[in-house]
Order: sequence, then C-alpha cells, then structure tokens
Amino acid sequence: MASRKQNRIDWTTAITWLVLCLIGWITIYSAAYNADYDSIFSFNMSYGKQFIWICVSALLGGVILLTDSTLIRNASLPVYGTVVLMLILVLFIGTVRGGARSWFGIGSFGIQPSEFSKVAIALLLAHFLGEGKEPLKNIRHRLIALGILAIPAGLIMLQPDTGTVLILFAFILVMYREGLSGTPLIIGICSIIIAVMSIIVNSTKYSLPFGTTEFSGQTLLITVFLILGVVGFFMVRKLALPRSRKKFLRLTAIITLSIVGFISSVNFIINDVLKPYQRNRVYILLQLPVDDDPWADWNIKNSKTAIGNGGLLGQGYREGAITKFRFVPEQNTDFIFCTIGEEWGYIGSLTVLSLFTFLIFRLIIMAERQRSVFSRIFGYSVACILFMHVFINIGMVIGLAPVIGIPLPFFSYGGSSMMAFTVMLFIFIKLDSDRLIGLR
Amino acid sequence: MNSLQNRRYAILGLILFIIITFAVKLFTLQITNDKWAERATSLTTNELVIQPSRGEIYDRNGRILVANTPIYDIRVIPERIHNLDTLRLLELLEISKEALDKVLDRARSRREMFNPHTLAKHVDQEDYFNISEELSDFPGFFAVRRTLRNYPDSAAALVLGNFGEINRKELNADSGSFYQLGDYVGKGGLEKSYEKLLRGVKGKQAIYVNNFNKVVGKANSTDNTEPLAGNDLISTLDAQLQAFGEKLMVNKRGSIIAIEPSTGEILALVSAPTYDPNSLVGRKRSAGYNKLSQDTLKPLFNRALNGLYRPGSIFKMVQSLIALEEGIITPQTRVKCNRGIIGCHGPHTNDDLENAIKHSCNPYFRQVMRKMVLQGKQDNQFTDLKSGVQRWHERIKRFGLHTKFTSDVPNIKRGTVPDTAFYNRWYPNATWTYSMIYSVSIGEGELQVNPLQMANLGAIIANKGWYITPHLLKKVVGGSELPADFTEKQYVGVKPKHFEVVRNAMDRVINESGGTAGRANLSHLGITVCGKTGTVQNESPIEDHSVFMCFAPKEDPKIAVAVYVENAGFGGTWAAPISALMIEKYLTREISNDFTVKRILEADFRGVHGK
Repeated sequence: MASRKQNRIDWTTAITWLVLCLIGWITIYSAAYNADYDSIFSFNMSYGKQFIWICVSALLGGVILLTDSTLIRNASLPVYGTVVLMLILVLFIGTVRGGARSWFGIGSFGIQPSEFSKVAIALLLAHFLGEGKEPLKNIRHRLIALGILAIPAGLIMLQPDTGTVLILFAFILVMYREGLSGTPLIIGICSIIIAVMSIIVNSTKYSLPFGTTEFSGQTLLITVFLILGVVGFFMVRKLALPRSRKKFLRLTAIITLSIVGFISSVNFIINDVLKPYQRNRVYILLQLPVDDDPWADWNIKNSKTAIGNGGLLGQGYREGAITKFRFVPEQNTDFIFCTIGEEWGYIGSLTVLSLFTFLIFRLIIMAERQRSVFSRIFGYSVACILFMHVFINIGMVIGLAPVIGIPLPFFSYGGSSMMAFTVMLFIFIKLDSDRLIGLR
Repeated sequence: MNSLQNRRYAILGLILFIIITFAVKLFTLQITNDKWAERATSLTTNELVIQPSRGEIYDRNGRILVANTPIYDIRVIPERIHNLDTLRLLELLEISKEALDKVLDRARSRREMFNPHTLAKHVDQEDYFNISEELSDFPGFFAVRRTLRNYPDSAAALVLGNFGEINRKELNADSGSFYQLGDYVGKGGLEKSYEKLLRGVKGKQAIYVNNFNKVVGKANSTDNTEPLAGNDLISTLDAQLQAFGEKLMVNKRGSIIAIEPSTGEILALVSAPTYDPNSLVGRKRSAGYNKLSQDTLKPLFNRALNGLYRPGSIFKMVQSLIALEEGIITPQTRVKCNRGIIGCHGPHTNDDLENAIKHSCNPYFRQVMRKMVLQGKQDNQFTDLKSGVQRWHERIKRFGLHTKFTSDVPNIKRGTVPDTAFYNRWYPNATWTYSMIYSVSIGEGELQVNPLQMANLGAIIANKGWYITPHLLKKVVGGSELPADFTEKQYVGVKPKHFEVVRNAMDRVINESGGTAGRANLSHLGITVCGKTGTVQNESPIEDHSVFMCFAPKEDPKIAVAVYVENAGFGGTWAAPISALMIEKYLTREISNDFTVKRILEADFRGVHGK
C-alpha cells in the first residue's frame, strides 16, 4: 500500500518543472554573462545564485512531498495569517525596489512577501470554499471569498505593486469554475474592449461631413451607444413578450447608462487615476503616440527587436546581439523571454510556450481528477496563477500586453518567485498524490 | 454540478485561445516580418569612419607649402569620471569652470553619460606633451588626435585656400555624400579646387555598439575598408618668389603674377594686402576670419584674379598684333601724332609702329583701330562698323581676354572686351559710331581685364603667338596626368613674324633711352627684359594705377610678369621696378640692388592719393 501511495506522485509535472527551471537557469547565464565570472556556478553572479535558488526550491519541494496533506490543509489559516502579517510589516520596515516597498532585505538576499501571498490566498480560498456544500451560491460566501482576496490585494496595492495585484485576478477564473456567475468575466472583458475603443477614438478629433464643429472621440462613442440604446429600447418594445418586456426594458436602460457612464470615466481614469508612465504604457500597447516622452517605447521596441532578431532558428546560444549588448531592460527577470526568442528563435520560443501550456493543461486535468474540493480549487489556483504570469509576461515582451513588471515563472531570476512557485506547485503535486485517500 | 464541470472547457478554451494568439504573434515577429531583424542590425552595428590623412602641397622646388600638423581634442566620457579634482583639471586644461559645467550638464542624460564630449579643442602638440602625462590622472578624460593644416612660409594664403569645418551649404552640395557634419573641407584656393585629390578615401570599420552607444567590439563586414591617404600635390608656385613678391607688395594694394610662358605654370600669384594663412587655422579660425572680412582693404579679395582694371597702354600690344595680322598696317606704317582728338605724351610727331609702341602714342592706335573696324567691306557705314567691331572682338578674345580660363584657379573673373551687342545695349537705339567708342583703342573705355590675363598676354608675346592656360597644379604625386587644358597650346591666330616688331618695341621701352620703363632694366646682369608700361587712368583727383607687363629673357623667355599697384601713379615708376626685381629673383635667385628693394618696401599706397 505504501509503495502505491508513493507512486502516485505525478512525476511528469515534477520533471516539467525541472526542465523549465534548467532552461531558465542557462538563459540567465546567457543574459547576465560576465566574462570576469566565466563559470555558470559563479555565486556572486545572478546565474550562480539562481542555481542556489533552484536547489533550495527543490529541497522545499522534497520536504513538501514528505509532509502530510492534512497538515498542509490545516496550515492554510496560519500561512495566510503569516503572509498578511508580513505584508503589513513590509510596508513599515521593507526596502524599496523598483518603486515599491516590497522587500525584506537580509544582506544581499531578500524576500518578497507578495510572491508568497498567492500560495496563501490559494490555500485559504481552497480551505474555505472546500468546506461549503454549494460554495459561492450565497452572498455571504461570496463576500468572504472576496475578503480573502481583498486583504492581501489591498496591502500589496499600498506598496504599490500593481502587477502582483493584477495576477490575483486569476482567482476570478478559479471561482468561475467553482460556481461564480460568468457575468463578472463577461463584464470585465466587455469593459476592456470598450475602454480600448474609447482610448483609441479619443486620440483623434472628428468633425461631421457638414459644418466645422469638431468633437472628441468620446462624444462620438457616447452618441453611438445612446443611439444603440434607443434602437434597443424600441426593439424590445416590439419583439419581447409582454410579460418580460418590463424586465428587458430595465436591462436595456441599465446597460446603456453604464456603458455611457464608463466611457465618460475612461478619460478620467487614464489621465487622473493612472500615473503618467502607466498611461504611456497603455498608449504604447495600443500603438498610440506618446507626446511627453520620445523614449517611452524604447524598451518595448527593443524587446520586440530582440525576439524578431531570432528568426526561425535563433542567433545561437549567447550570440543574441540585442540582448548581449544590453538593449533590453531587466534581461534577467521580467524580459528573460527576449533572450530565449533571440537565441533560440521561433523554435525556442514555441518550445517554452508549449512547455508552459503543457504544464498548465496538465495541472487543470489533475485538478479535475481530485475528489477533494480543496485539492481541486488549489490545483486550479496554481494553474490559473501560472497562466496569468505567462499571459502578462510573454504578452508584455511581444507587445500584446502593457508593460507590467512580473516574473516569468521558473525562468526569471529571483529567489522569492522561484520558491513561491515551486512550493505552490509541489503542494499540489503532494495533494494530487494523496487524492485517493483521506481528504474530502 | 455537471454544468460546473463543463466550465473547465471554457477555461481551457480561453487559455488555448491566448496561447495560440501568442504563437501567431511570435510567428509574425520572428518569421514573417523582417523589420525587427533589420532594426536589430541597425541598433547593434555602427560604421566607424576612419579619416584618411590629407595630401600635402609642395612648391615646384619641393619646398612644403601646406603641411599637416597634429592637434588634440580633449574629451570626456562623464560616466567614467571619478574622484574628480576639478580645480587641478581646470588649471591643467586652462578652461573655465563654466565650460566644464556646460559639458557635464549636457551629458546628464543616461545615454549621453556614455558618449564622449569635447571639452577643449585644438590643443597643439607642444601643449599636449605638457599635459598628457597629468591627464592620465583623471579617469574619463582623454585626448583624441586630429589633423590641422599649417603653412611654414605663411605665404600664398589666397592661392592655397584654407581648411575648415564644412557648412550646411557645402554639405547640401555634396552629391556623393562623402562628408558628414563636423568634417573638414577645403575652402578656396587649391584646397578647394583639388579637394577630391587631397581628401583621399575614408576608411570604414563596422563596429558593435551597446545600448549606451558604447563601442563593444569590431565587427566583420564586407564593407570594411582601409582609408586611402589623399594625394600630395606639387604646385607650380615658386615659394621663394611668392614670398618675395608678397614682401614687395607690403603696404600696397594690387597684385603680381608671374607665369612660365612655355608651360603656363603660375610661378607667383600675389594679391596685396594678404594675410597669414596660419591665422585661419584651428580655434583662431572664426576670429581671424571675422577680422579679415571686416578689413576695409579687403585682404580676402583676390585682386590678381578678381580685380578688374582697364588694361591701359598694354592693350596697344594686342592692337598692333591684330592690325599686322589683318594687314591693316605694316611695321613701317606711320601716323601723325595729331593730339586734337586724343592726348599724347612725349616728343614725337610721326612714329612708325615700333616707335609708337615705345612712345605709347595714342593717336597712332586710335587711327589703327579705326582702320581695323571700318574696312569698307559693307556699303553702309553703320553695318560696316558693327561687323568690324565684332571681327575685332573675336580676334581679341583669342588672346585670353573676355575669357574665363578653364583653370584650377577658382573664381577668375572673365573681364570684358566690348562687342557689337555690347555697344547696342550700351547706346540708345543701337546707334553708335567710331567716334563714340575709340577710347578702347588705347586700352581705356569699357575694357576690363584682370591681372592674370595681362600676365598671360606677356606669355603670349614671349611665346610668339600661343599660350597654355595659366594654372597652379604641376603634378599630382602618385596620381593621374594633368588635364589636357594644362598642356594644350592655345594659338592666338597671329603669325610669329608679327611678334618680332612688338618684342623689339618692348625691348626698346626698357633698354633704350627715352623708353618709359628704364627702371626695369637688367642689362647689367645680361638679361634683356621686354616690357610695356601702363597707367590706368582714374577720375581725377584719384591717382592712376601703376601697371607693368613684361617677360625675360628676350631670347629665351623663362618668365612673364604683370604687376598692378593701385593708386601708385605712372607705370614706369613702381610696377616696372617691382617686375624687374621679380625677374631677377627668379632667374638669378638673388637680388643685386638692395637700394631698389628698400625704396619699394618703404612705399605705402594703402591710402587713395590725390594726383
């Protein structure tokens, strides 16, 4: 019996993890290469340190595999509490890096509690939702779930680290799987589409074919939606059944008014809520001109150039000129994918993309085979967080997402993210290995 | 629960959709769109231009006229500065605190931090040796070697031209895209005429640069080439003769031109007042240029090429030659010196041609030209005159007058010899008669020539009927042959025998008592000089210009000289002795008569004298 339990560890996932970590490691060696420290084990260079982080993470993973699943589940609340405490502490005694007060510095090493907040939220959310019979069906459940997310999110926002907060939206997907209505997702996607439309049309002025009055794109867009609303109003009156007519009319009115209200506020959000550099990043993503800073798109252009320079087969290991000559910022961390793209070409970038896709799909399939709701929710959390990171990080370097500084899991240099992702992954591997016993 | 389980497909679908979008986007970036790969090359590689060394210029005897001299620019890469002892640096480089701050302020931006910025320009070799050792105590500061021009003799400024930073206009005119902003280019004189030979070919070296524009290595490229040094030039000038001529013309306005008749080579080309070409080099350049361009005596104006004067009596040589060729007169033709219409000078009444030249008899040439232009070939007197003037004009032109030489001497003025069309424009209704235009017969009136054309006339008479376009280039070292213009004889269309009369007369002008130019006599050295004075009349009370044209030795001419001294009076008094000194200097390499030199050096005609 004991041996069969052991065998249930999903080695495919573990090996995929190892492969990703190793590719990441040799990529950092290429990106940060310094001729004075030739060896990949030079421990004062990022590549040497990353090796230590991989070892430490592997060790942590091993420890997790040896612990008891029940222990993990029972640790949910203490872990969550500790992370929240650390997030509060870091606001007072943390050190600032990249504009955010997010680090506990210990010598030349440091840890970033926000990286661990993802595991903590995943654990507590799984723990909480796993208990109820029909989770998320009543308002109290939803509020508590929202609270579990909102406390760390709010604290991280205070650092401020917008990127990590954005990652937490991954949990909406998880909750959707667990019964949350799809409406928030649809509203979210629609808002993004309308916001993009609004920003794009706002960048030019329009005038009617007759007359000389110019008006802004915002006015144009509002007019279009008002007309659509009125048309909808009459169509509902004509077509809807009498008994549901009133309900549809009210719905039409609400939708029309919220869209109009949202459009009106987009300008305000862009100009007054977002910081200028954030606004510029949105503009660059939408390929709109940025007036106040001619160098605003320099980094992202160079990042695309590096990837484009790879061609089909790449320039060869440690031969990527754009990355070798430091044209891309943060090459060790957020822009590590550029080095892959430039040195290994389309083949290489597709391989890495496929490895991530494989891992995420594998995790979802594993999550679906859990008997315990706790394990399933945790599995989905791991998959969705990984996906969100891959989506935003690779999207950023190829110009499909705005510039948001978040690491590429298992690739980017850094101990905290490496350990946090590994711990998260191995907890799920452990939970999965115990899926046939105990836990309900 | 079943419906919730199906939601996994929505989630998987969403993820798959985004991953496929990424795969497609990566495909367009890496495979279908070349733009990014091209941008990568242009970002990381740059072309370093290696400046070739510029050709130097020598005189006909191998003496260097224009040399290259190394200078140093002190530059700084702000990013590398550390532990800067500002006071010591300012003292060492002799610059102000403001100048240093200005450079460092400009270099504040991230990219500029890594670029070199020029702190001090044109530090000469000597100063550089003094500071170079100490400079190494200042990290981030270093010297870059460049080349400037230098003129050991300080002579021939206007002939040689100068070498300065290219301006916008020159850059726009550079169709071959040879130059870049900040390059130096020849300005004026030989530097400009032979820019393409002197400049050489730039070398190219592809280099890798990083994001901070710092050079990180040399790149192999098929475009890499070594620079090719420019050709050295040997000029026709005689440096000693040139310097001597400039010395003689001190405190005077005017010009001296000496030509070797058999080759058309210009031996000396002096325009006075002149200036020291070294005053337009390096950091003195713009101040020096401003000073010269504001000088009321116009030292930047090349009088030898661009000064237009009436030729005066010297023109009578040309008139004589044409008339002889046309058969209008013979050497024996005599004309009564009737001073009613036109004045004359000296005691003579009924000269033949030689004596008329010797005495510079005005009525003689008025009568000769009248015969030339009114030959009765047409019944109508007006049309006869018009065709006669046109025929005369064409003949004169062959003497290099009213002609812009296709020479290496830049911007030569063409001058004017009136033709029929000219007079038709000049006089209302195109009605004019000989009595209205006869002043051209004695070299006055509407005639305009430049001193180079006058010297060339001396060469024509010396050669008995031909000249080679006057030029300044003798040889391109390691380069091509001279252009055909510099070797082809231009015949003036007058038989050599007619020249004998004129040459004898010019001999007598100098070497016979009663001649107008006894001061040009060099017979004590065994040299027979042939010459002709001219006195270009100016409106009273402004003093006339003193003019002399000559060549020597008569038997085998080696040098032809034209001298103009503005507002100095009679041609025989100043221009003639200056010409003689030039001939003596060139033929004997020394001067026997220090008294004459002293007299000329002491003369000052810078002001406009009254008569």
